[in-house]
This record gives sequence, C-alpha cells and structure tokens, in this order.
Amino acid sequence: GQKMSLSVLESMGFRVGQALGERLPRETLAFREELDVLKFLCKDLWVAVFQKQMDSLRTNHQGTYVLQDNSFPLLLPMASGLQYLEEAPKFLAFTCGLLRGALCTLGIESVVTASVAALPVCKFQVLIPKS
Amino acid sequence: MAVCIAVIAKENYPLYIRSTPTENELKFHYMVHTSLDVVDEKISAMGKALVDQRELYLGLLYPTEDYKVYGYVTNSKVKFVMVVDSSNTALRDNEIRSMFRKLHNSYTDVMCNPFYNPGDRIQSSPGGPYFLCPYPVQVGPTSCVRSSPGGPYSCVRSSPGEPYSLCPIQSRAFDNMVTSMMIQVC
Repeated sequence: GQKMSLSVLESMGFRVGQALGERLPRETLAFREELDVLKFLCKDLWVAVFQKQMDSLRTNHQGTYVLQDNSFPLLLPMASGLQYLEEAPKFLAFTCGLLRGALCTLGIESVVTASVAALPVCKFQVLIPKS
Repeated sequence: MAVCIAVIAKENYPLYIRSTPTENELKFHYMVHTSLDVVDEKISAMGKALVDQRELYLGLLYPTEDYKVYGYVTNSKVKFVMVVDSSNTALRDNEIRSMFRKLHNSYTDVMCNPFYNPGDRIQSSPGGPYFLCPYPVQVGPTSCVRSSPGGPYSCVRSSPGEPYSLCPIQSRAFDNMVTSMMIQVC
C-alpha cells in the first residue's frame, strides 16, 4: 500500500542521489570530514535540485544532523499550515532517498527521515551510525 | 599514449580494465593491483597532512623500467589508474591530468546512466541484457539516450527495414573515450 509506494519513491531518489553525488562535487577538492559532506548537501546539492540552499543545518556532532528547509519547494504549492499534513510524506520520500544516495556515493551510510510540523517547513534528519 | 587504463571501485575491485591488446594483459592487471597499495598510501598521507584540501590527481604512483603508473581518486573513492609507456617522454603532467579529467567525466556519465547499476562492471560487450526497441534506431558509434514514446532507449546500429531492433544496455561512450586515450595523447 502506501508504505510500498513510499519505499519505491525513496529508492528512486536514492539512485538519482547516487548519480548526483558523482556529478556535482566535480570541481571541488576532496572532502575533509563528514561535516563538509553535509554542508555540500545543504549548499550545492540543494541549489542544484531546488535552486535554493537549505535554511539551517544543526548537529549534535555525534552523527545526527537536522537539515531544515523553511520553504520546501515541493510543499510550497500546497496550503501552508496543517491542512495537508497527512499527504506530505509522499512528497518527501524521493528527497530522503536523494540525500541518502548522495551520501552513499560520498562514502557515508546513513538513514534519512523527514518530518513536517507545518507546511512548508520541513526537517530532514540524517542519522550516521558510528562504526 | 596510455597502454592500460583501469577503474577501481571504492571496495578495491575493478570496474573496468583495458590494456593494449598487443601486450600480455596479466602483466598490466598485476601492475594495477600493486599500484592500489600506493594509492591507499597517498590518500592516507594526504589526509594526515595539514593541507586544506586534498587534490583528486595523485600524480606518478611508481615507475618501472618500461612504464609509469599514474593515479587519480574521485570524491566517491573510485580510483583511476593509468599506465603509460616510459619511452613516451612527450607526455607531460598536465596532459595526464586532462586525460584523468576526461576519464572522470566519462565515468560520471556512466554513473548517471539509469540503466547502469552502481557497482556493476562497466561493459560494452553485447553480452548484457537486451530490450526490444519498437522502431529503427539511429546509427551511431556512441550510446545515447533518446526520449520517445515508451521511454528512453540506447541507440545502436540496426539494419534498415527491421521493425524491431535489439538494443543492448551498454556504456559504449565510456569505451570509446578510453579507446581514444589509448590511440593518441589527448
């Protein structure tokens, strides 16, 4: 049902993210650390896909990052507020996969989830397990 | 002129390796294999140094009496190894760099090919999966993707008059790129 379609969307996003993770960092030199990779996602990847940067990046420096977009382009066309809260996951699944795919190409295994408190603000949580 | 070009995945297995057919292939495979240790050394050495950012081009990995081996690492930890003939003294460093850059661009194109699964071997032999294309396809030496009713297809040669053509899913463009580097200096 819905879970299946969300995971299909996520895996499509994953494949696209893998390709973007290879193509986008072209001119930049090698990433030094994990935080640099996350900054790349917030700036270069987001600009390439959504023509804007991520609005905020927070981390606990222990493998959890929260990327917040205050006007996520895929949610903007819908009424802001709580009216379409239930429909939001459909629009976020692909993007979660996109982030996970780009991280995978850059050598980071992660779990990416998205949450919406009120449209169009959404938060992407990236969990990078410490090995 | 390169005599051998190899693409190695981040898990250190070869994704693509090709050498001039006149020489013993195994010798080059062995050289590429031993060069991986040098690549790993260079990566870790650069990581520890207080350099702001590490370059992708690794330079000369090691020379032998007949050949020189050069290396390059992408941000996705995919390594390119190139073996050139030592007697070819005309090849300068920036030419090697530009060859690697072209290789990187071609590899990125392979990665973006939706029919390619990351981690698979990059092959262009017609032994792979096929699909039926319900219209005559354009003749061309490189693979290209065209949108058309029914979705994108790889374009390959087909005989005129055939209602369906068999299109192998392949990365011919990458192969052609490598061929051009082995025939002449870029």
